This record gives sequence, C-alpha cells and structure tokens, in this order.
Amino acid sequence: MLDKLWLIPLIPFAGFLLNGLFGKKIGNGLVTAVALAASGLTAMVSTLAVFQYLGAYPDHGRHLDRVYNWFTAGGIGTDVAFQLDPLSIVMLMVVTWVGFLIHLYSVGYMGEEDGYGRYFAYLNLFLSAMLILVLGSSYLFIFVGWEGVGLCSYLLIGFYYDRDYAAAAGKKAFIVNRIGDFGFLIAMFLMFNYAGTVDFAGVQSMAARGQLTPTVITAICLLLFLGACGKSAQIPLYIWLPDAMAGPTPVSALIHAATMVTAGVYMLVRSNLLYRMSPSAMMVVALIGGLTALFSATIAVAQNDIKKVLAYSTVSQLGFMFIGVGVGAFTSGIFHLVTHAFFKACLFLGAGSVIHAMGGEQDMRKMGGLRKKIPTTFWTFTVATIAISGFPPFAGFFSKDEILASAFATPYFPAVGKLVWLMGTVAAFFTAFYMFRLWYLTFTGDFRGTHEQEHHLHESPWTMTFPLQVLAVLSIIGGFIGLPQMLHTPVTNLLEHWMQPVIPEIEGIGKLIEIPVGTEATVALVSTLLAALAWYLARQRYRGRGLAADLATEQSHPGLVHTLENKYYVDEGYDATVVTPLRQLSIFSWKVIDGIIDGTLGLVGYTVAAIGDLLRFFQTGNVRNYALMLFGAVVILMWVFA
Amino acid sequence: MTWADTLLLLPELIAATGASILLIVPVLGGRARGHMAKWAMLALMAVTALAVIGSTYAVAGVQQTPTFRAMFAVDAFSVFFKLLFVVVIALVTLLSEDFLSEERYSTWEYYSLLAFALCGMMFMASGVSLITIYIGLELLALSSYILAGYYKNHEESTEAAMKYFILGTVSSAILLYGISLIYGVCGSMRLSTIAAALSTMLSNDALMFGIMLLAAGLCFKIAAVPFHVWTPDVYVGAPTPISAFLSTGSKAAAFAVFARVFYVAFPAFHLDWSNVLAAIAALSMIVGNLAAITQTNVKRMLAYSSISHAGYSLLGIIAMNEMGLRGILIYTMVYVFANLGIWATILMLRRHAYAGESVEDFRGLHKRAPFAAFSMVVFLLSLGGIPPTAGFIGKYFLFAAAVQAGFGWLAIVAVVMSAVSMFYYLRLVVAMYLEEGSGAETIYSPSLRFVTALSLTVTLVVGFIPELPIRQVIESSSHLVGRVVQR
Repeated sequence: MLDKLWLIPLIPFAGFLLNGLFGKKIGNGLVTAVALAASGLTAMVSTLAVFQYLGAYPDHGRHLDRVYNWFTAGGIGTDVAFQLDPLSIVMLMVVTWVGFLIHLYSVGYMGEEDGYGRYFAYLNLFLSAMLILVLGSSYLFIFVGWEGVGLCSYLLIGFYYDRDYAAAAGKKAFIVNRIGDFGFLIAMFLMFNYAGTVDFAGVQSMAARGQLTPTVITAICLLLFLGACGKSAQIPLYIWLPDAMAGPTPVSALIHAATMVTAGVYMLVRSNLLYRMSPSAMMVVALIGGLTALFSATIAVAQNDIKKVLAYSTVSQLGFMFIGVGVGAFTSGIFHLVTHAFFKACLFLGAGSVIHAMGGEQDMRKMGGLRKKIPTTFWTFTVATIAISGFPPFAGFFSKDEILASAFATPYFPAVGKLVWLMGTVAAFFTAFYMFRLWYLTFTGDFRGTHEQEHHLHESPWTMTFPLQVLAVLSIIGGFIGLPQMLHTPVTNLLEHWMQPVIPEIEGIGKLIEIPVGTEATVALVSTLLAALAWYLARQRYRGRGLAADLATEQSHPGLVHTLENKYYVDEGYDATVVTPLRQLSIFSWKVIDGIIDGTLGLVGYTVAAIGDLLRFFQTGNVRNYALMLFGAVVILMWVFA
Repeated sequence: MTWADTLLLLPELIAATGASILLIVPVLGGRARGHMAKWAMLALMAVTALAVIGSTYAVAGVQQTPTFRAMFAVDAFSVFFKLLFVVVIALVTLLSEDFLSEERYSTWEYYSLLAFALCGMMFMASGVSLITIYIGLELLALSSYILAGYYKNHEESTEAAMKYFILGTVSSAILLYGISLIYGVCGSMRLSTIAAALSTMLSNDALMFGIMLLAAGLCFKIAAVPFHVWTPDVYVGAPTPISAFLSTGSKAAAFAVFARVFYVAFPAFHLDWSNVLAAIAALSMIVGNLAAITQTNVKRMLAYSSISHAGYSLLGIIAMNEMGLRGILIYTMVYVFANLGIWATILMLRRHAYAGESVEDFRGLHKRAPFAAFSMVVFLLSLGGIPPTAGFIGKYFLFAAAVQAGFGWLAIVAVVMSAVSMFYYLRLVVAMYLEEGSGAETIYSPSLRFVTALSLTVTLVVGFIPELPIRQVIESSSHLVGRVVQR
C-alpha cells in the first residue's frame, strides 16, 4: 500500500465522480452506499498504509511515494508525490476517521434534504482534497489540496444556494481565503526563487544548511502564516468562519471545525524548521494566536445562535493551536488539533442533533430543558463541554495546558511568552464560561420554544448518535496520547516522541521547549481553578433561568453587550474601510476606465477587421494571381537575402 | 543493398503494397463491398504501425541507421513521425466514413490514395538525401491533389484541386531548383555531406539562393506566409476529411522534412537564413491570426489558423537548439490531435443534409452534443495554448526555444498573436455555449466519437502529464540535436 498512497485521495474522488455525475439518477440509497464506501474504504486503506509504514520505517523516517514529475521548467520543477511521516499520519488518521464518522452522521442529518447526492459528492471531494493537502510532499502540491478544500468549503457553505445569506457567506469565505492564498503563493515564489524547490525536505534542508538568509526565511514564514490566517481563521482574516455556519451542520463539524480549518496549523508545523530559525515570525504567530483566542472567546459569550457560539469557539481554539506553534511547542499545537477535532466535532454534531430535534431552530433563547428529550445528545454534549472547558482528565485539559505551559516557559521570547500565556488563560476562562452558558441554556430549565417544536422533539437516528458516542469517548480519552511529565505515567508524552522525527533537534537551530515540572503544575492548577470558577459563574447566571441574567446585563451595560453581540463591529469596520472603497474603485473602473479600454479595444477590433478585409482582398480566388504572388514572394526573398 | 536494408524499408513497402492492393480490389469485384474498404485500410494501418515499431528493433536503438547509400535512414526521429502519420491516416480513415457513404464515391481508390500519401510521408520522414525527400514529397503531393478533388460533382472541390495542383507544381519547381543549386555547390544530395561541405565554406550566393528556394518550397508545403495563398481556398473546397488530412498529416510531414534538412544540413549558415525565416514566421502568425478573425466559415477560419500555427512551429527551426527541435516534435503532435478533434466535430454537423461549416452552425451545440462541445472547447484551448491542455506545453517549448536563441522579439510576437487567436477560438465556444438559436443538426457516428475521444485523451494527457511525451521526444530527437552541437 505504501507505493500506492495516491489511492487514498483517489478513492473519495471516485466517490465524488460517481455521486456528482449520477447522484440524481441512482437514488438516495446508492448515493449513501457510494459515499460511505468511499470514505470508509479510504480510512481503511489509510490505516493499512500506516501499519505498513510502521513495519517498514522503525525509525519513523519520511516515506516518499513519487507518482510522476508534475512539471519541470528550467532548473525548477516539482513532482506529484505523496509522503508519509509521523505528522502526516496523525493528520491522516484524524481526517479519514473523523471524516468517516461525519459522513455517517450526514446520512441521518441530510436524509430529508434536497440535493442529497450533491451534498455527498461535495463531501467526498472535500475528503479527497484534504487528503492531498495532508499527504502532499511539497508546498505546491499541498496547495492543490489547499485550494480544493477551499472550493469545497465554498460549495458547502453555499449549499442552500437559494438562501441569500448562504450564498453570500460562501462568497465571503472564498474571497477572504483568497487573501490568505495570496500570501501562500508569494511564499512559494520566494521558495522557488531562493531555494529552487518547494519540496518540504528540500526547502528545510536548504534552510538548515544556511543557504537562505534570515530575511528570506522570515518573509516566507510570515507569508505562510498569512495563508494560515486565511484558512485557519485568525485575526485579521477570521471573519469568514462565523458566517460559514450557513452551511449544513455536519459540514461545520467536518470542514469548519475538525479538519480544513486546522490546515494552517498543519502547514506551520510542517515548516517548523523555518519558524525555529525566525523567532520574530514565531512571535507574530504566537501574538496573533493569543489575540484571536481571547478576542473571539469574548464574542462567543454574547452569541445566541448555538452554531455561532461554536464557530467563535472554533476560532478561539485555533488561536490556542497557533499559540502552541508560535511559542515553539509544535507538538502541543498538533496535540490540541487532535483533541479539538474530537470534542469540537462532537459539539457541532451535538448541536446538529439539537437543531435536528428542534426542527431547524438554532436560537438558544428558544431552547431549554432538552436534557430529557434527547438523552444521548445530552450526555455526549456534556462530555465534550467538559473536555473543551479544560477539566482533567478530559482531552482538552491536557492539550490546552501543554500549550499554556509552553507559552509560559518559551525560551524564544520569555516576556512576550508570559503575555501570550495570560491572554490564553483568560481566553480559557471565557471558553469554560460560554460553553456552560450554552449548556445551561440548551439543556436545563423549561422549554422556551413553540408547542409545535416541543411536540416535534425527538432523539436523532443511530447514524447520528453513533458518531456522537464515538467522539464523546474520544473526547474523554483523547488526551492520553499526551500525558504530561508531571504525572510520571509510563506512557508520558506519547505524541511528542511520535512527532520527534518531524521536529528534529538540530545544532544551532531553534531549541525545543522544556517545561519545568513546577511551571506545568502551576499553570495546570491555575487554569483548572479558572475553569471551575467560570462554570460556577455560568451556573449562577443561567441555571434554570434562561436569559434573564443576560437581559439584566443588557439593561445595566448596554454598550458592552451590544459591542459583543455585534462582534466588536469588525465586519462593519471592514465594510467601511475595505469593502466600500473597493466597491467605489470598481465602480470607477467599470464606468470610467472600462469605457476607455472598451473604446480602445473597439478601435483595435475595428482596425483588425479592416486589416482582415484587406487580406481578404488578396485572397481573390484567382489562381493566376496566386501564382504571381508566389513568384513575387520568392523574388523578394532572393532580394532580401543576397 | 542487403536483405537487412530491405527490412528497414518494410513499413514503406507494406504501405505501398497495401495501397496497390486497395487499388486493385474494385477491379477484382470488390466495388460492391465498399464498406469493407474502411476495415481493410485500418488493418493496413495496424500492420504498418507494427512494421514501424518492428523496424526500430531491427536497428536496435535510436541511432541513425542510414541505408541505400545513405539516402534513407531509420532512426528514432523518423519513427516518431511515422507513428504519428499512421495514426493520422487511421483517424482520417474514420473521419472519411460518413463522407464516402453519403456521397457514394468509390471508397477503395480513396483509401488507396491515402495509403500512397502515407507512403510518401514516411519517405519524407526517413529521407536523409534531398532526392529521397523530394520523391516522397511528390508522392504525397500527387495523392493529395487527387484527394482534394474527390468531390467530383462539386465545382468547388474541382476548383480547389486545380488550384492546389497548379500552385503545388510551381512550388515543386522552386524546391527542385533550390535542390539543384545546392547540389551544384556541394556536389551531393546527402544531408550529412552537405553539412560537411558547408562547414568549410564562407558565404556563397548560389548556395544561399539554393537554401532560400528550398525554404520557399517547404514554406509552401507548411502554408507559411507569403506562400500560403492556396490554403484557404483548398481547405474550403476540398472534402472535409481531406482538409483535415491536409492540415494535419501533410503538414506534419512537411515539418519533419523542414526540421531534418535545416537541423542536419544547414546549421553552418544559421545566422544567414534564420532572420529570413523569422520574418516569414512573424508574417505567418500575424496574417494568419488577423485574417482568421473575420472569417465566418469555420473551415476557412481553420485554414488561417493553420497558417498561424505554421508560424509558431517555425520558431523551433529558427531557434536551432535542442529545445526548438523538441518543440517542433511536441507541437506537431499536439497540433495534429487538437485539429483532428475539431475536424471531427465539424464533420458531425449537417445543415439541410449538407455539411455545416459556418460559425452559426455551432450555436447551442452543447445541448445537442455535450461531449462534442466540451471536447471542442478543450481542442480550441489547446490550439490557443492555454494550460492545462497540450497546446500550452507545445507553445512553451517553442517560445522558450526562441528566447534561448536570442529571438525574444519573435517570442513576443508569438505570445501576442496567441492572445489574438483566442478571440476567434472563443467565438466558437461562445456560439456553442452561450448563443441560443438554430444550429446545425448533428450526426455523431461512432467513428467520429472515437476520433474525438482519442484526440481529447491525447490533448489532456499531454497537458497534465507532459513528462510522457517529453521523454519520448527527447529520445526521438537527441541524435539530430547532437549534430547541432558538433558543428
């Protein structure tokens, strides 16, 4: 299987083709079969490949499967090649198996929707592109996947294309991502120009041998991070992700929580050698991550749409991952990526189950007391809530604390590290608060919806609850792959050992973080206490009382609440400073510049047509004229030549 | 001459014998079984292709194996072109099926003439002496004249054949005169001997005239401006499958000769002739593309477009470097398949039971024949040189070669003219996809489908995996390029 890695993205692509071309004809049953078979098969093939890898590479080196030379132009070129190494394997397992669970969940969730075949075709296409992104061996090749997932994201956000807000949200996601892609592209141009290659190993070895100047490395790192900011929704490009909730909920779980949005984190960890050589770029990453984590966590506190809360929560959690990467704790970034994939997918799918039960209602103000009606959703959601809030021993606790402790102990920029730690810790406090707010509003108290909705309440089918249960279990035990040093267990820091070949220690290049046990314990204690405090406050405010407390706050501090509700007016700010001027520019271009160009072009066209007519004049159809022209041409040739 | 020499000639012998048999069959009572002719022809192509491949094993490798007193060579270069020719003739055979059955013309003679043309083309590809090349060229030309007039009842077709014949003879005379001058100066017809003689010579007017006349003759064959005048009239008048043949196979053969003669025999005077050819190339690109813009008849438009493509291909000869030669090979292949695909689409159109040939006939084609319309878009993009189609790869090689050789200005002209060409290529796309209204009816026979599908496959595969053809082309041309370096 190792020499057939290309099968892994190809299988879901085949599913895409089948469902995309024939989805309407073959009926929902076959569509389901094709989609599940494609995602399940690719997960199994991937797992098989991983086992073979473990056998073939006991030292966990880089396995390269070169399919063919994509292009060569002059001295530069790139291959279509897939690679398998510890980092790809972690991503591969998360993407394929979580992907499969969400495919399964979608069968129940999308069952009554129109465009069933279209939905699964897009979902399979997404899986295919994501797998290229994860398995590609060069920046350029993963860019194919990068753009592919972007396209699928666009298509799926705008899945309900007859609703204006969904179409607009899709467009917004696409355009904002283009800004990030531009950074990614320029970074690749720089690599081609200065390193002559875009292969991961090639670029990193050029950098390690000192053949790239620090300026170039910093530029590449910052531009790659710009790309990551687009895809992974960081300040200033995070604005598309909350709107992306217009898509079907399983899509939000798969693409906009568990997999695609973590692509930026993956790429930065992939480039860890470059980042370690440029502490200033790392500092930017850490600060942006910290800011995003804090900023969006505060917004989430004031949202009333259940999916919007989770969306801002995702932005915030992605910020945590970037803190990890930025302070040099690359493994903990990936660690949090994995645990987050579990508990956030569980939360989103749980929210989907709630929405399903409520007949499409997403407003938490109309929920309440759902605990008894949808018990499976309730307990899985509770588990995931505890996990994200950071209570030990659930998954989120370990990964988040490793990140915060690393920020505290980072050797790269100690002072800024402490600041980032502070931002992260406050963000973690808010995380616990808004999650329990959501939990209390949704599951406790009295039902606040209509009678019709209450009558309709029901637990979801097994295809939806089964993935929830699996993900809930993973949210409990997922953290054990990265147990901290201080616990002195025999399986300490499994993930870190596993990832070591990807993040090698090289003489003279960025040290790796070592966290003193004391720091680790203190940080863990502080954040656990804060999470507990947040839970207590949320319980006081919302338990069985609905939104009364929020309304009271709105009475006393209207400015604060409105600012948060309106997300600090960032969208409005962008509108005024970027969108409106751009629109004016485009109107100017359209009315004035275009007029000039059109006129010129019209003139050119007219001239060309005139020349054409002139040429036609020579095409008399008279063979004597032709012969004469032939002779004339030969004579002119002789004359010119001799 | 030995037995082994004859073996090397096997593909040509098979083609010639096959052509003769096809000619005799109707006399022996085969006229009634006209529908058998197609299969006989395809079988002949298959055997010829096998013989071509077999002949490479006979010479064990890609090196040039001259034979018959160094008049004929089997080498990787000739094998590349011969295989291309066989495929083209096979596809033209498929394209001709409907035409022949609808017009009730004798099929056996038609295919026989095509087979003779193939024989001539193969001699052109293998010829390493000017006389071999000339004879091959005449065999091709004579067959083509008759084929161009095969619509015996149509005045246009007869007229086209007449024009083609008269102008073709004129150009042959010019070519022959050039050959005689070269022979007079160098004392030999053999390309390698000519090259050796030239390398010791300073400037020589008679020789220059010879080279220029030879170039003029060949420019007529590839339809380069100002020797292009016959092209639009003949392409429009000739039966459409024959127009397809003239614009693909016949041109490819002329380019094989052009490349071999200039790369092998005349590198020594590159400085002198390259500027003249550059002017011809520039003129071809400009006139071809500008004239194509105003055409409403698609066959005529394709004729002008083919003139411009002759201009692009000339860049490879002007550049006189490795990349240029590879560019010619790739581009010829790419161009041939894109063009055949387009001709196949034209052949499926019927208006009032007659061939649909105007741009309007393409209106709304995507509803009536979605596959054909989609393929057409790919072919047009390929001709325009838009990635990821094959045309991009071909143009990339040619333009890069020109830049490498210091003909930057010519590459700029080529790029600008490629952009201009998109105008009239896209007009067809607009007609097919955006314009409503009554286009022509379509009769999409399995043969046409096959030609379209095969051309589409080649165009996309070469575009997406250029490594495959490039490796092949490097193998096929390296020994000729070696000579360039030696000079």
